[in-house]
Amino acid sequence: MTLHNNPSEASAFTRREFLHTGLTMASAAVAVPHFLQRSALALPMAAPGLSSIAGVDEDRILVVCQLGGGNDGLNTVIPFRQDAYYRARPGLALRGEDQLLELSKLGANGSEGVALHRAMAGVKSLYDDGLCAVVQGVGYPNPNRSHFKSMDIWHTGDTSGTGDGWLGRYIDSECCGYGKGESGKDDGTNRGVGETINPPIAIGRTAPLALEGGRVKPVAFETPDLFRWMGEDVHESLVDPYEKLAQQGVAPGTDPHSNAAFLMRTTLDAQVSSDQIRQAVSRQPLVRYPGTNLGRQLQMVGSMIRSGLKTRVYYVTHSGFDTHSGQGGANGRHAQLLQQFGDAVKAFYDDLKAQENDSRVMTMCFSEFGRRVSQNASGGTDHGTAAPMFLLGPMVNAGVIGAHPSLTNLDQGDLKYTIDFRSVYSDVLGSWLGAKDPDAILEGRFRALRVVKG
Amino acid sequence: MNAVSMAKRQTEPVEGPPLHLKPLDKRRFGYSEARHLLWRAGFGGTPAQIQTLASWGSEKSVDHLLNYRDVPYEAPGADTFDADIMRPPSDEERRMIRAAQRSQDENALAQYRLRRQQAQRRDRLQIGEMQRWWLKRMIETPRPFEEKMTLFWHGRLATGYRTIENSYHMYLQNQTFRAHGAGNFGAILTSIVRDPAMLKYLDNDESSKRRPNENLARELMELFSLGVGAYSERDIKEGARALTGYTFRDDEFYFDRQNHDTGNKNILGIRAAHDGESFVRAILAQRACSEYLASNLYRFFVRHVPTDPRQQDEATQMIVGKIAAALRRADYEIRPVLRQIFLSEHFYHPGVMHEQIKSPTELVVGAIRSLNAPVRDLAVLNDALDLMGQRLFFPPSVKGWDGGRVWVNTSTMFVRQNILAFLLTGKKPVGYDAVAGGDPFDPMALLDELEAGDPGASNNPAKVVDYLLRLTLGRSPTQAREVLTEFVESHGGVRRDVITGALLLVTAMPEYQLC
Repeated sequence: MTLHNNPSEASAFTRREFLHTGLTMASAAVAVPHFLQRSALALPMAAPGLSSIAGVDEDRILVVCQLGGGNDGLNTVIPFRQDAYYRARPGLALRGEDQLLELSKLGANGSEGVALHRAMAGVKSLYDDGLCAVVQGVGYPNPNRSHFKSMDIWHTGDTSGTGDGWLGRYIDSECCGYGKGESGKDDGTNRGVGETINPPIAIGRTAPLALEGGRVKPVAFETPDLFRWMGEDVHESLVDPYEKLAQQGVAPGTDPHSNAAFLMRTTLDAQVSSDQIRQAVSRQPLVRYPGTNLGRQLQMVGSMIRSGLKTRVYYVTHSGFDTHSGQGGANGRHAQLLQQFGDAVKAFYDDLKAQENDSRVMTMCFSEFGRRVSQNASGGTDHGTAAPMFLLGPMVNAGVIGAHPSLTNLDQGDLKYTIDFRSVYSDVLGSWLGAKDPDAILEGRFRALRVVKG
Repeated sequence: MNAVSMAKRQTEPVEGPPLHLKPLDKRRFGYSEARHLLWRAGFGGTPAQIQTLASWGSEKSVDHLLNYRDVPYEAPGADTFDADIMRPPSDEERRMIRAAQRSQDENALAQYRLRRQQAQRRDRLQIGEMQRWWLKRMIETPRPFEEKMTLFWHGRLATGYRTIENSYHMYLQNQTFRAHGAGNFGAILTSIVRDPAMLKYLDNDESSKRRPNENLARELMELFSLGVGAYSERDIKEGARALTGYTFRDDEFYFDRQNHDTGNKNILGIRAAHDGESFVRAILAQRACSEYLASNLYRFFVRHVPTDPRQQDEATQMIVGKIAAALRRADYEIRPVLRQIFLSEHFYHPGVMHEQIKSPTELVVGAIRSLNAPVRDLAVLNDALDLMGQRLFFPPSVKGWDGGRVWVNTSTMFVRQNILAFLLTGKKPVGYDAVAGGDPFDPMALLDELEAGDPGASNNPAKVVDYLLRLTLGRSPTQAREVLTEFVESHGGVRRDVITGALLLVTAMPEYQLC
């Protein structure tokens, strides 16, 4: 067998040959197949994959926004009154009114002496409207400075960074009564015949670990157009037999617990979800989103929420924060990333408000770690520890929560965390998502930090 | 069997497989059985390969697959990959780093950090090359069972690159698995407690006489050999002491005598001055070890059952018990036991055939091997494995991959369908470029065997569809046959593009995920 792969001989096959048969290619815009009809056919064997979870307040949605690469918290929420900040960052520090968006005092909080980076006008506007909580100095004991490891720790809520994801465990516990996320304990072989669960949706190539549960597996796609069978692009004549084969159902006499029956149900689930999601996202949003990657992701999430999908957890990612060199200060790369972040979340909440869904949707933004206090020799910053988190939405306890970590009492040049991220998770799970026992999901006792309005 | 029970059997077609390892009647080993054997002991076969095995009969076929050392094939070389990327700093370098730390020479320290980061980046590229290399080997090897066993061990005695961050050590471990293949389980366990990648992965390199690290001792029993509940916490503590001093230097096992606890330990009821080797012997003496290994082999090669015997139904316990007994009789030599399984009536029962969900690797490698599909682009295939949840050298945890239904969900189902569309037509699974890349796929060559056995049949849509269904699904369901025959007939009959279209449809069927 040869492994020859010569791109210059590309498309030697199919396209041309199919054209020769006198048939036309499937159009790029694939018509939404008759999913209602199909799901009716599928019942009761498989309810659509986006059905509800019994006993859970379905209205509430959590969107997680991951700032990948290690966001420089110190140049995001800036302690602009402290000399130590300017000493540590001669080339990166922001100063003066036109570079700083000072945070006004909202409620009893730690806003004294901190300002947002000037690029974050979007976040500032949410803050001023009472839609934003800034939690300062968030981290965990014995911080790990590896991107992978620290991300795993945030995703699992476990300082060893192993096990299922914290949100996966939450969904497992809600749907299936599993508290701890031991994926090995249930391999799905016991899944009931008509039982379907409501998977979280991640925008991206792969689903993040945070969403991986033992029972519930997340759905992930970069664009909904990739969340479907591609064979139909090859030739339109394939669409009809494809649907016929998918709808034929299991042969009479097939054991409903067999793998064949399970695969048949999953295929139907996938097609119904795909149709619903693609239909949802094809609608024009009510507001204009920025044309950035994050803007596009949040626009899709906004559309899915608007269309009434029962999905309760969404995940978006904004990457590029690993600014070892040429980070910039008031302008530059980091400023640009913050601007994209602020503009996108602002548009998202404008959209949700126009949909009248804003009170249903909380957004939680985090990064795997902050960066070192002192800038390095390349005009950048290296991997650090504690950093701020942002929680968005009308339900959040708006304002600045916690004090800025000390810039002088450091741990080997790094900020000491003051709030364990799992205290934030605990409140998000308990007060927002309605988890009965956040400790069981987090596999430990963490005093909930009041990030949701009481 | 008397006439009454015979009659009863015929009215109950869903009766389970027989609960013994008696061999299949040789006359019953035909096309279907040969196809099944090729999938389970390897990664599927082409029509020609299936026919060959069917004509050889079961014994010759099984022996050909299992005694693969008779088939010449180059062993992977020591220098296939760069061994030096993640070399730890030399004593000289270490001294200089310490000096820089003392004098707070930030520039020098930044230099060291940068060099380290660059090495890590190179190493991540190398692990990517290694993934593609192994995938290619699985696709090309004339010894499919060898790679299947290697994949089995990789999932059972799992080590993840992400934790150890040393691609060459992953490569060495992969070689160790391949070298043992279906050899002796005791020898395999002994080499895993001396394997640099595993020692690092489970922190045994940080274990010391004064503070034994229990990680390796625990997983050695819980996941690698005995299963939960077949040992006590005390066995773990004592086992951890036996493993003190088991570490590595550069790429080799190193026994750090100074750090080894030479005292007496009581492990699994055996009191001695245990070291790693005698710890393994104490494990092998446990009946639970044979049952756990039997469960794992059965789960991987026969049916996806729980590995914990207490969670198995009675019938499974019975057959697993028979395999466990065979393992004990064979002193844990795996090959003769697998031979017995692959020859058994049990293995070819309808309740066993077509009931295993293909792992992502089996799906991709198997599609290429059984359909003679072009490889097109290893990077795309490797990417798809990741999307389907099986990133080689990156098992999600020391438990390895759970397998079974966990492989398939609404998201991975599309990836599974789409990677087949890519192999057959070049349609990229990611991106919008409609039809791109690679060698053409020639489905007509698959029909040679049909034509040889039934002249003229390769022009008959109904016969061609039936033949292709039996090749791809192992059976020919009526409804699918009708839909596909109509598709072929209405698009101009048996021709390359139409048959490719038919195969696109078949490989998108839920049943194609089974083997």
